[in-house]
Amino acid sequence: MEKKKKLDSKEGQRLLKQMILIRRFEEKSAEEYTKSQIRGFLHLYSGEEAVAVGVIQALTEADNILCTYREHGHALARGVDPKAIMAEMYGKQEGCSKGRGGSMHLFEATKNFFGGNAIVSGHLPLSVGMALAAKKQKKNNVTCCFFGEGAAAEGEFHESMNLAALWQVPTLFVCENNQYAMGTAIKLTHSVQQLEKKGPAYGIESAAVDGMDLLAVMEAADKAVKMIKEKGKPYFLVCNTYRFRAHSMFDAELYREKSEVEEWKKKDPIPKFQEFLLKGKLITAKKITEIEKAVDAQIQEAIEFAENGTWEDNENLIRFVYSDTESI
Amino acid sequence: MSEMIKITYREAIKQAIRDVMQNDERVFLMGEDVGNYGGAFAVSKGLLKEFGSDRIMDVPLSESGFTGAGIGAALAGMRPIVEVMTVNFSLLAMDQIVNNASTLLHMSGGQLNVPLVIRMGCGIGRQLAAQHSHSWEPFFAHVPGLIVLSVGTHEDARGMLISAMQSLDPVILFEYTFMLNLEKEIPADSGTVEIKKAKVLREGNDISLITYGAGVYKCLEAAEVLGQEGIEVEVIDLRVLRPMDEETFLTSVKKTHRALVVEEAWKSVSISSEVVSRIMEKAFFDLDAPVERLCGVEVPIPYPKHLEDASIPQVSDILEKVNKMLKP
Ligand SMILES: Cc1ncc(C[n+]2csc(CCOP(=O)(O)OP(=O)(O)O)c2C)c(N)n1
Ligand SMILES: [Mg+2]
Repeated sequence: MEKKKKLDSKEGQRLLKQMILIRRFEEKSAEEYTKSQIRGFLHLYSGEEAVAVGVIQALTEADNILCTYREHGHALARGVDPKAIMAEMYGKQEGCSKGRGGSMHLFEATKNFFGGNAIVSGHLPLSVGMALAAKKQKKNNVTCCFFGEGAAAEGEFHESMNLAALWQVPTLFVCENNQYAMGTAIKLTHSVQQLEKKGPAYGIESAAVDGMDLLAVMEAADKAVKMIKEKGKPYFLVCNTYRFRAHSMFDAELYREKSEVEEWKKKDPIPKFQEFLLKGKLITAKKITEIEKAVDAQIQEAIEFAENGTWEDNENLIRFVYSDTESI
Repeated sequence: MSEMIKITYREAIKQAIRDVMQNDERVFLMGEDVGNYGGAFAVSKGLLKEFGSDRIMDVPLSESGFTGAGIGAALAGMRPIVEVMTVNFSLLAMDQIVNNASTLLHMSGGQLNVPLVIRMGCGIGRQLAAQHSHSWEPFFAHVPGLIVLSVGTHEDARGMLISAMQSLDPVILFEYTFMLNLEKEIPADSGTVEIKKAKVLREGNDISLITYGAGVYKCLEAAEVLGQEGIEVEVIDLRVLRPMDEETFLTSVKKTHRALVVEEAWKSVSISSEVVSRIMEKAFFDLDAPVERLCGVEVPIPYPKHLEDASIPQVSDILEKVNKMLKP
């Protein structure tokens, strides 16, 4: 934890709370999955919290966010109501996507949170287009697009990088390099594994950062967003990180050693940031316990909200296929 | 009659892959997570160890790239099996399949063959929501130059791949993931199967149920129930969606004088559209009642279980429809 951003205790505690909320929310989600309350695919973000929290704190509410199917953490960091997220995963009408999307498709347009895309790399071109629109409309907002290192092998990644640079639009590409695409290690998917080297080929300023270190991510993201807002150009930020849990709930994890996971767990971003706050007297141990309790209560509330939610009538099956059937 | 063995759909496919790999060294399997992960659905589990990484190739998320590479390898004398993890991702490879695989023979005036098999997992029913629940059989069946096979039974799971590998033309093989764990009996000596013709799976005189893929076991189940009520249903598995074998279902319709076509794909411009058209063109005067269809409701598949179920034909829908058609 070299880099010391000037953090006041209020902001430090807010960010710590976000990371703890994400971690516990994911643990609870896994539990609800085993109880069959949540179904379909469920991809958890545990271990990668510093990336979403560190990047999103650098954005303003006017900045757009697009994510993959592993997006609960980003939604929480953006301030989407945990109750609406949990209800979505339960498939209830009170969910942030009216129950239609589930875990992989969280949307909250009022918060400029644009999902939740389950086709790997499918949202990258969208992020370029949203930034292009901002440029045409002379708005000064950034569009931030999160994706995995696996996605960076798709043609859409390369096309999007080229387009964003060619058109000079304000996109922040954030690659969450968690070392694996499902069970395939990065060394089997990329000829050049320092992904940040791919940006300059398109004329995009790029950087790599330790994604297990919240302060480092914050500093890198602050710098990137500042550059984008000043120059109106895209930026490519690679966050090297690790997922502590399986790819999804169907994954037997045959492709990695338990010891490797244990090694990475030593770099857990949450205790690391806690320690930083404690050392700097920005928080007390008592306050941490309070935060944990508050988070647990918040999650319990989300579960109850989801449980009490309502199922949509079969009669409404074909809602939201065309805009004229009914608007929200 | 030969001895019967119990086998899962997954194991049947796996044995077929193993057979073709053992019998022809030009064969190799490539796809996302086929190796170290053991196959997204554990179909190829253990094969990496058995055949090595030259023949069981993990590939990056680059559907267009590796499918195109499969076509190239086929042109140059290999016999690749390309696994597109699920049909949902085949859209990224569509250009290669439609503009290269299906056209090269014709454009080259008969000089170039593309002996390639592309396997894809498909099917609805696991609450995977709109982007992971596509039924693209009709898309592919639209394209001359492709052979499109739908693996609706365990015998075909064991045999279709082996037969497809003998084809000089590109074959698309649809495998239904919700059946993977399902156990059925097949002859112990199952091997190659006919891949030019549809198949009558159950004989009956009262009505023809024409279906494929995910509809096959549903129709057989419905036929069983109806049989107990004294209604004799003939069940036809189309199997070969292109080039379509019309003779089998026309013969059946001429015998039963009634037809119901069942499929999970969206109704408009579907496989059933084609089947019904051919019945109109060639067996109209043999009909005692209008031909009917039970198809997917035209909605992107929603996440909640009850809405997902309501989106596709269920056994109860088939029973109700047949009863209505026979006892108006
Ligand atoms: C185009 C496409 N191909 C394949 C898949 C299946 N799939 C889902 S996630 C995934 C791995 C993606 O890895 P990465 O981009 O590194 O993101 P991570 O899951 O590690 O966050 C795969 C292969 C998909 N959803 N979309
Ligand atoms: Mg990854």
